[in-house]
Amino acid sequence: MSAATDVDVTTTQVYRVYIKATPQAIWDAITQPEWTERYGYGGRGEYELRPGGTYIAYTSAAMREQGAPDVAIRGEVLEADPPRKLVQTWQMVMDASMEAQGATRLTYEIDELPDGTSRLTVVHDLTGAPVLAGLMRGDMEGQGAGGGWSWVLSTLKTLLETGEELGRR
Amino acid sequence: MTDDDRVFKALADPTRRHLLDQLFVRDGRTLTELESELEMTRFGVMKHLKVLEDAGLVVARRQGREKLHFLNPVPIRLIHDRWIDKYTERRVSALVDLKSELEETA
Repeated sequence: MSAATDVDVTTTQVYRVYIKATPQAIWDAITQPEWTERYGYGGRGEYELRPGGTYIAYTSAAMREQGAPDVAIRGEVLEADPPRKLVQTWQMVMDASMEAQGATRLTYEIDELPDGTSRLTVVHDLTGAPVLAGLMRGDMEGQGAGGGWSWVLSTLKTLLETGEELGRR
Repeated sequence: MTDDDRVFKALADPTRRHLLDQLFVRDGRTLTELESELEMTRFGVMKHLKVLEDAGLVVARRQGREKLHFLNPVPIRLIHDRWIDKYTERRVSALVDLKSELEETA
């Protein structure tokens, strides 16, 4: 299962996690820079939460120490319906080869369930961005590139439910 | 049954693991596509997909007229982060302690 060439990566990835938190808490964790610093890749994420608004995710201090540029991801907000749905473009710009993968399309959906938990679904349309698709699948975790979406969402759940910052390694 | 129980139960079946492997190779498939690679009735495949969906390992989404099935690795990641990491961390920190102890006595 490890050979990336065996995998059709020109496609959409779907991730889902159930979190004991309100939709608003999850929305804030995705859209507020003080929160985005505390899980996953740990960079500040800044949104202008309106259609056409910009999205910038900065690299973390740890990444910059290793020579990363200031900005990791750029995008444009396509739809912002707090705290339920966020649709945006998402382009990694950390280096020329990643930037050449082009802009992808990312959707966050947050549903409140009757038992008081919330369901967060991330749909990342990575058509035409096979390297990025591998990265977000977690294929490059062994090379220190982070575990992609499943890692990001696991650390997000842990942070919101326990206050622990497992993403900080 | 806890979330972890559902994941382990779902994974404790070769057909269901095979379905996940199929989705790993190519994600976002219809029931008909998945069924075509298995020696099993449509109803049988549906039953297995239902167990995988209940465990959160498969997410089904409508796209146009089709219902597509996606592999969701997050539940496995959660088990990894909560259980496996816990033990590897302990082992690593044990090594660190051992090293500092040896250095102190040296």
